[in-house]
Amino acid sequence: MRSGIIAKKVGMTRLFMDDGRQIPVTVLQLDNLQVVAQRTADKDGYTAVQLGAGTPKVKRVSQAMRGHFAAAKVEPKRKLAEFRVSADNLIEVGAEIAATHFLEGQKVDVSGTSIGKGFAGAMKRHNFGGLRASHGVSISHRSHGSTGQCQDPGKVFKGKKMAGHMGAARVTTQNLEVVRTDADRGLVFVKGAVPGSKGGWVTVKDSVKKKLPEGVPFPAGLKAAAAAAETAEAPAEGGEA
Amino acid sequence: MDLIAQLEAEQIAALGKDIPDFKAGDTIRVGFKVTEGSRTRVQNYEGVCISRKNGSGIAGSFTVRKISFGEGVERMFPLYSTNIDSITVVRRGRVRRAKLYYLRSRRGKSARIAEVSNYKPKSAGAEA
Repeated sequence: MRSGIIAKKVGMTRLFMDDGRQIPVTVLQLDNLQVVAQRTADKDGYTAVQLGAGTPKVKRVSQAMRGHFAAAKVEPKRKLAEFRVSADNLIEVGAEIAATHFLEGQKVDVSGTSIGKGFAGAMKRHNFGGLRASHGVSISHRSHGSTGQCQDPGKVFKGKKMAGHMGAARVTTQNLEVVRTDADRGLVFVKGAVPGSKGGWVTVKDSVKKKLPEGVPFPAGLKAAAAAAETAEAPAEGGEA
Repeated sequence: MDLIAQLEAEQIAALGKDIPDFKAGDTIRVGFKVTEGSRTRVQNYEGVCISRKNGSGIAGSFTVRKISFGEGVERMFPLYSTNIDSITVVRRGRVRRAKLYYLRSRRGKSARIAEVSNYKPKSAGAEA
């Protein structure tokens, strides 16, 4: 099991492909993404990596959190999240993760906090049909209608779909395709919509329902590894020329 | 410039399309790439542009209406679609609306559009 990433939702646009397709994409940005801590089986009873992303104003970071970041020798982060990984996929603290963590064409699951809709009626919240526009219906055109039976059972069953608070909840969209990655700017282009508003934080993980494609970097797509590969390649190219 | 606008500008530059200056009322010819089996050819579609939507950016699109065998046909094209081979302006029309949806209910003589006699391309800096 590989680590996921924390990303910021930048917004949506479209990509025109050479074969004539146009693909709606959400642009996700990796902002100073670094490993902040490790959870190990000996110490914590499970294995995971804690990642941090973003750059807050240092004066707004609490003393306790400053200590936590200082222990890891990383800059303070805006957003922290833990990802369960298998023991051989632990990443060392301080390592920076690049957008090349995901391959083009790979499927990912994206989680985030959906846009809040406030107190919403049954029509909006549960796609109820509402009541008729005429034929004697008055005032209650958007109401939910009946909520149950009669004297027996004499109560409304638990879990009955009714009006109430909608949105602002953690939502996961599964099996989104990674269309393109941009390592220089740290961008991941994901096909389709992603929960949350622009500027919101989301977590991106390998899809749980699809097999990992061949060639994904283990334990993660690290910036240090990419830089090393580039320096290795550069002399080889020079030799050819 | 925010990141999305920058990405869109880059994509427009990378696509390298030459979009002529046209608006609703103009008669245009669109060369549209059609794939039949393994080979592709360009099919021309000529008619009156009856609307342009979502600006001239990457999201822009336009609708072309023509009368084909006595039947009105409308097709919508994304401005920067990679399926579009070329766009040429055949005739510039003088209209007083941005959207010419009224043409749908007209036939023959009343559906004509007068030609612009004094068309001036936009400033030399813009793509003419």
